[in-house]
Amino acid sequence: MSRSLRWVVLGVGVAGIGVVLLLAFLGMPDFGSTHHPYRDLAVPAAVRHGTANVVSSVNFDQRAIDTLGEETILFGSVLAVAALLRPADDEEQQQDPGSRVPLQATRLFGYVLMPLTLVVGIDIVVHGHVTPGGGFQGGVVLATGLHLLYVAGRYRSMERLRPMPLVEVSEAAGTAAFAALGFAGIGVTGSFLANVLPPGSFGQLFSAGAVPLFNVAVGLAVASGCVVMLAKFFEQVFLVRNEGDGR
Amino acid sequence: MNIYAYIVAGVLVVLGGVGIARSRDLVHAIVCLSVSQSGTYVLLLAIGFQQGAAAPVFGSTSKPTKNVVDPVVQAMTLTDIVVSATVTALLLALAIQIAKTHGTVDPDELTALEG
Repeated sequence: MSRSLRWVVLGVGVAGIGVVLLLAFLGMPDFGSTHHPYRDLAVPAAVRHGTANVVSSVNFDQRAIDTLGEETILFGSVLAVAALLRPADDEEQQQDPGSRVPLQATRLFGYVLMPLTLVVGIDIVVHGHVTPGGGFQGGVVLATGLHLLYVAGRYRSMERLRPMPLVEVSEAAGTAAFAALGFAGIGVTGSFLANVLPPGSFGQLFSAGAVPLFNVAVGLAVASGCVVMLAKFFEQVFLVRNEGDGR
Repeated sequence: MNIYAYIVAGVLVVLGGVGIARSRDLVHAIVCLSVSQSGTYVLLLAIGFQQGAAAPVFGSTSKPTKNVVDPVVQAMTLTDIVVSATVTALLLALAIQIAKTHGTVDPDELTALEG
């Protein structure tokens, strides 16, 4: 397709989508109105199960099957990235990655913030059912905290802190724990992903039934998944192609 | 009737699409896809918004009330963001492989199918 013809097709498509979207928006409920039928059902359901963070309740209790799918997408993507970015036969790991030393201020920043970020990440995962946060958010914070060591110029220390076989196993274990909690629901109540634990006292650490366990499982899977993916991208940066290669 | 927020969402989705169509670089196309997906976050959050309502997180001081923004669309936005991040990582990995095997990341130069 020539470039000018592509512009014409694009223009027609954009105009069409624009008109359809505008018509849809004009027929939608008013922005900021009080009409929210899903909210009216989700909030009482969350309170019944003792979950203070209604978003967590929706994710890990009321619509946990969706989150299982999301978790599986994450797992599949990590697998695919690992498969796509494995070193080819004619590539070798360069011996000394990250020999450049960053600014002292940057190193201090990394050293100070890394433990702090890890603690915040664990806090966000564990309290995902009572405060804003949860396994997905906390998992990303945990992975970020670990990579602050790379920002501080300590790539080797970071590698020692995340032994890849262990991280790969914990990625799988997190995903498997999510599914296992689902099967526990079948065993106890006969429904997949049912919330089988007692709801506890509203707003406390031990509340919301199985939601905190789901959060920990997801936090483990997300943190390890991010670490695995970033490790594969790091490997690519430090790969060198052997001499005498035609392409 | 106030549809300003919906329009912003629609514009983001369409702009991302235009960016992909006129892209000369696969990494640029992947970023454009992310822009397009951010439009869906704005749309979902705009649907759940209620004037003057609080966040759907209760505590010891804030007693449960129905006067909060819609938590269901917020949960969907979270799913959306996670999927977007993983898909972006996957596409970037593909872009790296394409750059290695074809020596270019310009979609227009990637004409032939190659094993």
